[in-house]
Amino acid sequence: MDVIGALILLAGTVFLLLGSLGLLRMPDAYNRIQAGTKAATLGTLLTLLGAAILMPAWWAKLLLIGLFLLFTNPLSSQVLARAAHRSGAALAPQTGVDHLAEDREDLS
Amino acid sequence: MNERKSSGNRSQAEAIDARRAFLLFATLLLFWILLNGSLAFGTLTAGAVAAGAITFLFKDSLSVFSGYRIMPASLVASVRFVAFFFRELVRANLQLARLVLTPSLPIRPAIVRVHTGLKSPVGRLLLANAITLTPGTLSVEIKGEWLYVHWVSAEAGAEVATARIAAGFERYLEVMYG
Repeated sequence: MDVIGALILLAGTVFLLLGSLGLLRMPDAYNRIQAGTKAATLGTLLTLLGAAILMPAWWAKLLLIGLFLLFTNPLSSQVLARAAHRSGAALAPQTGVDHLAEDREDLS
Repeated sequence: MNERKSSGNRSQAEAIDARRAFLLFATLLLFWILLNGSLAFGTLTAGAVAAGAITFLFKDSLSVFSGYRIMPASLVASVRFVAFFFRELVRANLQLARLVLTPSLPIRPAIVRVHTGLKSPVGRLLLANAITLTPGTLSVEIKGEWLYVHWVSAEAGAEVATARIAAGFERYLEVMYG
């Protein structure tokens, strides 16, 4: 059981590492947010799951942390991305269409 | 949230509101019990008072249960939504891992608009959140019935792909919230 818990913990940290790598490699704010959100959500959830297997007595609190994370993480990422776009943060040069910029005038 | 109620089915709407309020109360109390890890009488009483006060003070505010249809079909849809969501989350991470480990970083970003048929604010919120944790997509803005989604690597026909992703979640959210 300890081995399974440790392996899940390890898998979580690997995703967190890959997410950080994404933060470094991605060219603009939006792509960095993409890399950060997904990796941080799954990476942290796996870390919590691993901890729950190693320390079964903590399961309730770890579950609560996971639930809060699932609701707040995508929400804050979306607000960050929205703020970036509203303040005119540049999109990477290889970006194709931007429907939001096209529609900005009719919407405001 | 402000649901307009016609006078004809007012009492029925009030009954539904009462059930949602109870659901909110029960959820808050469950969180309290999980947080404390104890079922002692004093702990439970304090939790019930706090949960009751919050339910009473914020009964008209937006919560996860605002507009939630309390029936067996929505429970089934909720479970399926969560299962589908976790599958997508794992796929998102594997795709991202492949992307950042490729030396050439083959991305082709775009921001694409997608229409949603969901009417409920909470339904739309959950859709936007789910899209953010789906492979390669991030919700940037929501304006009325239009959602603006950022793609890491948009292929030709990203609009169709976006609509398909939204539809994947909407078929559950429609049952849950309408």
